Amino acid sequence: MKKQVFEGLSPAEIKEINAETSHYEDKAAVSIEALKIVQKYRRWVSDDCLIAVAELLDISPTQLEAVATFYNLIYRQPVGKTVIHYCNSVTCWMLGSDQIQERLCRHLNVGLGEMSTDGEYTILPIVCLGACDHAPVAMVGDELRLDLTENAVNEIFGR
Amino acid sequence: MEKMNKPLTKNIRPDRAFATLADYESTGGYQGLRKAITGLQPKDVQQWVKDAGLRGRGGSGFNAGLKWSLVPMDANVPQTRYLIANADEMEPGTFKDRMLMEQDPHQLIEGMIIAAYAIQANTAYIFLRGEYHLARRRLAYALLEARSKGYLGEQVLNSAFSMEIVLHTSAGRYICGEETALLNALEGKRATPRAKPPFPLVTGLWGKPTIVNNVETLCNVPHILHYGVEWYQGLGRGVDKGTKLFGASGRVKYPGLWELPMGIPIREVIEKYAGGMRDGYKLRGFLPGGASTDFLLPEHLDVVLDYEAVAKAGSRLGTGTIIVLDDQTCPVQMVLNLEQFFAQESCGWCTPCRDGLPWTVTLLKDILAGKGRIEDLDTLAGLTRMLAPGNTFCALAPGAMEPLQSALKYFRDDFERYIVGSHAIMEPA
Repeated sequence: MKKQVFEGLSPAEIKEINAETSHYEDKAAVSIEALKIVQKYRRWVSDDCLIAVAELLDISPTQLEAVATFYNLIYRQPVGKTVIHYCNSVTCWMLGSDQIQERLCRHLNVGLGEMSTDGEYTILPIVCLGACDHAPVAMVGDELRLDLTENAVNEIFGR
Repeated sequence: MEKMNKPLTKNIRPDRAFATLADYESTGGYQGLRKAITGLQPKDVQQWVKDAGLRGRGGSGFNAGLKWSLVPMDANVPQTRYLIANADEMEPGTFKDRMLMEQDPHQLIEGMIIAAYAIQANTAYIFLRGEYHLARRRLAYALLEARSKGYLGEQVLNSAFSMEIVLHTSAGRYICGEETALLNALEGKRATPRAKPPFPLVTGLWGKPTIVNNVETLCNVPHILHYGVEWYQGLGRGVDKGTKLFGASGRVKYPGLWELPMGIPIREVIEKYAGGMRDGYKLRGFLPGGASTDFLLPEHLDVVLDYEAVAKAGSRLGTGTIIVLDDQTCPVQMVLNLEQFFAQESCGWCTPCRDGLPWTVTLLKDILAGKGRIEDLDTLAGLTRMLAPGNTFCALAPGAMEPLQSALKYFRDDFERYIVGSHAIMEPA
């Protein structure tokens, strides 16, 4: 893949990050929001982006990296257009999340965390999604999918 | 008057739509706030909630009004204070706050405004789980509605009290639910817990006095103010007051969530509301209040869901959402799933948790792979003591040990079955 040249954060990203700072006592507090804003536009946080955000917030890249690597929903490597988070916590596990993960990975021919060859999907495990009365569940992009069955591939990717 | 018995869910509709401001107001919404702000001093509001007997619904069980009353509020202390709604619901098996926020967002908002008034905090944060996208959209909309009607912003309901609520969405880590770790997360840091004391209510967010309350706890507040202390106390069936959301998941006929009086027997939740076990399955045990509570057995079904009663039975009320273990699920594998969760979500700040939880996982995996030795069970029991309260910074590791220690007690045969030759060793030659 051709390496894209980093041309700095976009005006939209900078504007959104700066808008967040008014809600907190200091700029460093915006770290997590800032990383999420970058991710909204670029799907993941590259080293270049991380350094640019750190500069904008007047903190060291190391400090921001400590934050970026701590949280489950900040991606420090490329992910597909849609990330599928399947719940692997206790109730979903009991009701078949392992099999669902296997079926989804086989369908896309990817391992966990990898991108499908068409760049569309990445599958990741996630902790309890708080919908245990409809287990097993998965989050496809922003959308929760409930009551998955052995036909999870159809239920998630359509027919 | 039937609805008065279910204040928390009176606006919850089967179609999962959400109550708009008009819907919320039509069932008495914002009357509690009106009463508090126009007729009561902050100290009175604290007293009402304390007298009502509302206890922390996130698992702590601490009296909410009492907690508020401990916030320093004299004229000679710094006047910046914060209120935080802990909406970082991530305890495996727990799905109550999601419903409250998705379907009746104004209830939380009103509860927060009243709580902020009680401690005179002008800024409040909703610390929302990053994965709760629908809740985020609906809360953001409800906040706009509340602002447009003067419930939020400058001079709430034309009083001298002004406040803002900021919706913060997290980026996912179980430890963020721990209140001091939550403060670090909100300050944009790694969510590691802080040493206590000082307690957050004295030295919290950016060093200012801060109250952190669970979503469900705050959702109770408007009703206490609106309908009064006596009415609230009358809702409970046992020792504890009010109603609570109780749930059941696993292989029961009708998994779900119900608002029920405190003090209701566990049997009623599992057998009546959840419809008992699915055909072909038997009840083997259950975690009464999420992943970090001790297993109980069918013999405990008549224990009532009060904080002390569940504690006396050897577990915790926790979040009140019951995870059911059936007779065809292996308890050892279930415990492995739970410990993998806790090991992954450990923040790594203190050694017993960072090292002890992966060690627990390794031992359980070895046992399940047939590579276990009978002494491993002693090692596991030793870990439950080593990772006990007092040895760690926060409650994550002690919580992780609860299902393990009770599984070793109640399901020891299941562990031993995986240990090759263990029965032979124990039998006389």
